[in-house]
Amino acid sequence: MNKIQLRVRELKKTFNNRLVFNKLNFDLNSGDRFVVTGKNGSGKSTLIKILGGVLTETAGEIGYFVDNKKIDRENFYKIVGLVSPYLVLYEEFTAFENLSLFSKIRGLKISETQINEILNRVGLFERRNDFVRTYSSGMKQRMKYASAILHNPLVLLLDEPNSNLDQEGKNFVDELVFNFRKDGIVIVATNETQDFKYGEKIINLDEYKNSNKTF
Amino acid sequence: MNNFWKILLFVLMTIVLLAGIIPPIVDNPKSFFEFPLIPGLEDKAKIIFFHVPTAWLTVIAYLVAMFYGIRYLRKKEIYDDMKSVSAAALGLLFCILATVTGSVWAKFNWGAFWHWDPRETSIFILLLIYGAYFALRSALEGEEKRARLSAIYSILAFLTTPFFIFIMPRLMIGLHPGALEIDPSTGEIKASANPVIKFQMASNMRIVFFMSLTAFTILFFWIWNLTHRILRIEHKTKQEL
Amino acid sequence: MNEFKRVFYIFYKDFSSELRMRFALNALIMFVIVAVSTILFAIGSERAPQNVYAGMFWVVVFFSAMSGLSRAFVSEEERGTNLILSLLANPISIFLGKFLFNLILIFFINSIIAILYLTLFKDFIIQNWNSFLLAFILGNIGIAGSSTIIAAIISKANVRGTLYPVLAFPVLLPLILMLIEITKSAIDGNPVNDVSAEFMVLISYDVVMLTASILVFDIIWRD
Repeated sequence: MNKIQLRVRELKKTFNNRLVFNKLNFDLNSGDRFVVTGKNGSGKSTLIKILGGVLTETAGEIGYFVDNKKIDRENFYKIVGLVSPYLVLYEEFTAFENLSLFSKIRGLKISETQINEILNRVGLFERRNDFVRTYSSGMKQRMKYASAILHNPLVLLLDEPNSNLDQEGKNFVDELVFNFRKDGIVIVATNETQDFKYGEKIINLDEYKNSNKTF
Repeated sequence: MNNFWKILLFVLMTIVLLAGIIPPIVDNPKSFFEFPLIPGLEDKAKIIFFHVPTAWLTVIAYLVAMFYGIRYLRKKEIYDDMKSVSAAALGLLFCILATVTGSVWAKFNWGAFWHWDPRETSIFILLLIYGAYFALRSALEGEEKRARLSAIYSILAFLTTPFFIFIMPRLMIGLHPGALEIDPSTGEIKASANPVIKFQMASNMRIVFFMSLTAFTILFFWIWNLTHRILRIEHKTKQEL
Repeated sequence: MNEFKRVFYIFYKDFSSELRMRFALNALIMFVIVAVSTILFAIGSERAPQNVYAGMFWVVVFFSAMSGLSRAFVSEEERGTNLILSLLANPISIFLGKFLFNLILIFFINSIIAILYLTLFKDFIIQNWNSFLLAFILGNIGIAGSSTIIAAIISKANVRGTLYPVLAFPVLLPLILMLIEITKSAIDGNPVNDVSAEFMVLISYDVVMLTASILVFDIIWRD
């Protein structure tokens, strides 16, 4: 069991002179579940990207502390699992090959059986040897989940978690979020009010255009 | 830029323009106002007052552009990028001037506009680097991306320049003053005996030359200052809209 | 050791992808054949002075590199797989993995070019193979290194195809000039010592550019 803390201080993001959000402050600890909402264009996906370490903030800072040790940005990938509509997997490979490559690139010692288990968990076991390019959007979404949980991350970043999913898929997401590791953090960015159930705390990014609001 | 510098620039530039062009070139200069004759160059020697400063400035401009580029990378302050790009624009301008004045000199002295000797090649490569810098900028969307990536490119291109300094003398036997030549008697490569650039200038020419260098440098910083301030104002007005 | 394995698997991903799809590879090989043929036709039955072949060899190498080495980053950016890649590994590993891919690719392509030159151009005769092979190896490392980092830069831009040679040429030029000099010397059969200074420059270029690339890659890669 690890202890993780996420500290966000005075976070600001602008794109070409246009302010996305400003003065965002919040703290999250092990076991927290957090929902971020807002209108289209309010910066939900941008925030998720920044928290995932793939986009640089304009001002302010974010810090992950695992067992009180700060994690460098270049190591965020080790502790973060991200699912989002703009995530694209390698369509020229099969589902199994994708996960196999990912585990090798990550340096994980994962057996074939374990990969198959994950594929089974997301409901893709039967189609594991089909090219991802042949997948429906719902299946691709499941594949994204598989890639996000492969390394058992401490932080789960879900942008529009239920998009393209059928009822079975939605059940999977519920199970994943509510039974996520107790020492982990889950952050969900969404427009759907049904998804608000995922979070114990909710913020609306529309309120962060210029205000001094602290969480 | 305050008035002291503007007045100084005016004075220096006037002196340089007059002193650079008017004094005649004679065999045995008797007064201060006559320049010595250098065989092979004669009247054309005066171009040195104008050509060398442009080449000098093109390098200074590049260093300024790179300095502010690095500063942008560290502080992410967009005004640093504006300073960088204005310096680069001026650098490009001076580079074109240096290439053109250099070719003109080459034509009158050695017969052809271009010879691929080391100095000519170096200024040409600098021209290519400036060109690449602006091509990159115009292909990038987003001021942050543009600033970041062009700063990096300017650093990478700069890193390759020391290698040219090593390569050039080995590769090319040049006509440019100060380059290598083949010793007619032994057939070996040796340093040039041509004295023009190697500062065997007469003292009166030297004064005018350094005045010119100073004047052009002040001119550069003045124009650069105006340019980046204009960019800054443009940016601010857009922000307020 | 782990770090190397991860770099290897990033390379391996691109390698298997290319082997499977072969879009880029076929086009690249055809490009080489077309380029060499063009020169063959241009020279015709004339005989160019021997030294010119050294320059022509590295010119074809340069343009082939411009044709093939941007794929490593541009394909990721175009398809949108940048994101997943940055979620799998740290930036240095990503750069090294792509560099390794480009290195293997350029060795393969340049060997084809060398073989074509040796067989098709009767005057392209290497007398000092030590010089040439050493230059070949060090040169490929240098070209791959600089080309990879520039490919990373242009992958973030629009109009990538034409921009690539424009940016890469000034950066690769010192390297290419050195390589031409050494190749000329190898054709003339001069001993390796004659060009030892050029080799020093070659090695320092490789070291400097690779180090700089590794240092700046993160800034390029992360938006």
